[in-house]
Amino acid sequence: MSQCGDCPGCGPTALAEIPAAPGLVSAVAVIGPPNSGKTTLFNRLTGLRQKVANFPGVTVEQHTGMAELPDGRELQLIDLPGVYSLNPRSEDEQIARAVLTGERTGVAKPEAVLLVLDSTNLNRHLMLAAPILALGLPTLLVLNMADDLRNRHGKVDTEKLAAEIGAPVALVSARSGEGMEAIWDFLAGAMLKPAPKQLPILQDVPQCREWAGKVGAEARYRAPVPPAWTRRLDAMFLHPVAGPIIFLLVVVGVIRTIFEAAAPLNAGIDWLFQVSGNWIATTFPPSILRDLVADGIWKGVGSVIVFLPQVLLLFLFIGILEDSGYLARAALIADRTMARVGLQGKSFIPLLSAYGCAVPAILATRTIENKRDRIATILIAPFMTCSARLPVYALLIAAFIPSRPLLWRLFTTQDAALLGLYVLGFLAAFLTAWALKSSVLKSGRTPFLLEMPAYRLPTLSSLGLRLLDRSKVFLRRAGTVILLVMVVLWVAQHLPLEHGHAPAMEHSVAGMAGHALEPLIKPLGMNWKIGIGLITSLAARETIIATLGEIYGMDKKTQRAGLEAALRRDLSIGGAFALLVFFAFAMQCFSTIAVVRRETGGWKWPILQFTYMGALAYAGAFVAYRLF
Amino acid sequence: MAPKKRRKNQQQLDNHFGLAHTEIEMQLSGNSTVLDGVSPTLLDLRRGDAAILDRIDLPGDDARRLMELGFLPGARVTAGLSAPGGDPRVFQVDGSEIALRRETARRLKVRKEGGKPRKS
Repeated sequence: MSQCGDCPGCGPTALAEIPAAPGLVSAVAVIGPPNSGKTTLFNRLTGLRQKVANFPGVTVEQHTGMAELPDGRELQLIDLPGVYSLNPRSEDEQIARAVLTGERTGVAKPEAVLLVLDSTNLNRHLMLAAPILALGLPTLLVLNMADDLRNRHGKVDTEKLAAEIGAPVALVSARSGEGMEAIWDFLAGAMLKPAPKQLPILQDVPQCREWAGKVGAEARYRAPVPPAWTRRLDAMFLHPVAGPIIFLLVVVGVIRTIFEAAAPLNAGIDWLFQVSGNWIATTFPPSILRDLVADGIWKGVGSVIVFLPQVLLLFLFIGILEDSGYLARAALIADRTMARVGLQGKSFIPLLSAYGCAVPAILATRTIENKRDRIATILIAPFMTCSARLPVYALLIAAFIPSRPLLWRLFTTQDAALLGLYVLGFLAAFLTAWALKSSVLKSGRTPFLLEMPAYRLPTLSSLGLRLLDRSKVFLRRAGTVILLVMVVLWVAQHLPLEHGHAPAMEHSVAGMAGHALEPLIKPLGMNWKIGIGLITSLAARETIIATLGEIYGMDKKTQRAGLEAALRRDLSIGGAFALLVFFAFAMQCFSTIAVVRRETGGWKWPILQFTYMGALAYAGAFVAYRLF
Repeated sequence: MAPKKRRKNQQQLDNHFGLAHTEIEMQLSGNSTVLDGVSPTLLDLRRGDAAILDRIDLPGDDARRLMELGFLPGARVTAGLSAPGGDPRVFQVDGSEIALRRETARRLKVRKEGGKPRKS
C-alpha cells in the first residue's frame, strides 16, 4: 500500500525534498461523518474564498475553496458530503468515493485528505478512518471539537493515536480556531502516505467497529460525559406537550420577524434606489439609454433588490436552526406527519431547505436511497414556499391586506396571511405526496435513521458566510436573469415604433402579449398588465415585481405612485388573492425545471410537474377569485 | 445518570468490542426470513431502559446502515425521549443519539444486560 512511507531510512526526507510543481494548484479533500464540524473547518480554512457550484445549501453539491498557505502557496480544498462510510449506496457516498479515487471527472484528484472526526464520539467516528486510510492518500486525522471534549472531561493521546493509525493527528476546535496550526503545518509540509499498523476488512462493519475501539483504547481515549445542556434542552424541545408548542412558536416567530423586522431595511433600500434613480434621470441628458436605465432597469431590478433583507432573514433563521441542532428535533417531531403521506423522515430535511430554494433541496434528495421516495420528494419540493415567492407575497400582502392585530400586536392579519400561504404550499405538497405514494410511486419503506447531534451555539462566521453566499446568489439573479428580462421587456414595450416614438403601452409588443393572455386570466381577476408579469415570472418568480415596477414606472399615471398604490388601482382584492394562490402553486422557475430534468434523467417528470402545478395554480386562483 | 456511571458503561462497551467480539453472533434476516414474535425488541424498552442488541431483522443494506450508526450486535442501547405520540423514539447507542421509527425499532431484537447471545 505505502511504497516508501514505512521505510524509516529514506521515506520522510526523500519525500520532503520533492519540490511542489510551480504554478500547479494541488487539491486536498475534506471528508468526515455528518455532524463532525467538517463545514465549519472548511469555512475556517478557506474563509471568503469559496466557490459553491451554483447553489449553496446543505453540503451535497461540491463546495471548493482556496486556502493560502503561510508560504504563499495556494491549495484547493474540496468539501465532500458528510458520510458514515465509503460504501457507495447513497449518491453522497458515491460522489465522495469517486472524488477520492479520482474517478469523478471535472474535479482534481485530491493529493491529500483531511479526515474530520468528532473527538467527542471518537470510537464510532474512527470507523470511517479505515476506508480512508486504505486509499493510501496522505491523510491528516483532524479530531474536531477539542473544546467540547475538554469541557466534558474526555481526553485522547494524539501521539499514540498517530502511531496506531500511521498518520498525523491534530486535535482542533474549528469553532474557536484552537489547534489550527497543526493543519496548516500538514498542508504546507511533506505529505506522507499513511502506514497504519493494521486495517480491518472494510466490508465487515462489526470488524471495523472493533478495530476502531481497539485504536481508541490504544490512544487512551476517554469518552466525554454526555452533554448536560443537550439533555436539558431535549427534555424541553421533545416534551410531549411543550415540544410541539415550541415548534409552532418557532415557525410563527420566524414568519413574523421576516415580515416586521425587514420592513425598515426594505424602506432604506427602496429610498436608495429612488434617490439614485432620480439622480440618473436628472443628471444625464434625455435619451433612449437614459430612459432604459432610469425607468426600465433601475425601477425594475430595484424593486426586487428591495426584498433582499427578507430573503437574508429567512436564511439566517434556517442557518440558526440547522447549525444549532434544532432542525434534527423538528424533523423528529414532523416525522409522523411525513409517514402519514407515505414519505420518510429523510425527505423532511430537503423539504425544509426548499423553504429557502427548491434547487438545493432537489440536490439534497440525493441522500434518499429509495428511488421512488426520492422522485416523490423532488416532485413536491417546489410547492414549499421558497424565498423567491417571499417578495411577491410580501408586496401583495402589504398592498392589499390591512394590518390588524389578531393576538394583540403579536400576530397580525398580515402575519396570518403569510402563514396561510406557507400552509397552503405545505398542504399542496403533502396531498400530492400522498396521491403519488399511494399510486404510481408506491414503494416499500426504508428505515428512517436520524442522528440527533448535540446542541451547539451557531458561530457568527458560519452564519455570516451563509448570508454572504445567499446575497451573492440573490444579487446575481437580479443582475443577470432579471436584468435581461427587464431589457427585453423594455424593448418589447417600445416596439413597434410609432412615428419614431414608443407606442402606447397597449399597442406595444409587450402589451399585445399581455392582451393575448387576458382572456385566459380574466376569470382569475387579472388584467393584461398582470399578464405581462406572469409571462416574465416564468423565468423566475420574483421577476413579476420587477416587471410591474417597470410597467408602472413607465406609465405617466402611475410613475409617481409607489408600486403598492399602483397595484391597488389594477387589482381587486379577489384578484390579489387569486394571484397569491397562483404563485403558491405554480412552478415558475427555469432553474428548478432544469435541475429536475438533470436529477430525474429526462423530460418526463419536469413536464409532468410543470403541467400539474400549472393546472393546480389556475384552478386554485379561480376558486380564490370566486371566494373573495 | 451520574457521569461516573456513564463512563463506566462506555468502558464496558469498549471492552466488549475490543475483547469479547468473537463471541458475538451476527444474524441478519437476509438469510432467514423467519420472524419470531417472542424475543423482545427495542420497542419493548421504556424510556431509560437499556438492553443489549442481539440481532437486526432487516435486509442487508438496511442492517449495514444501522450498524454504521452504532447498532451492532452486542452494543448497549438505551431508550430515550420520543416525538409526541412515542414515534419515532431516540435511542442512545455507542455515544450517539439516533432516532428510529417503531417499524424499524421492532426489527431490532434485544436481550437483557448480562444475558447470553442467542444462538439460532
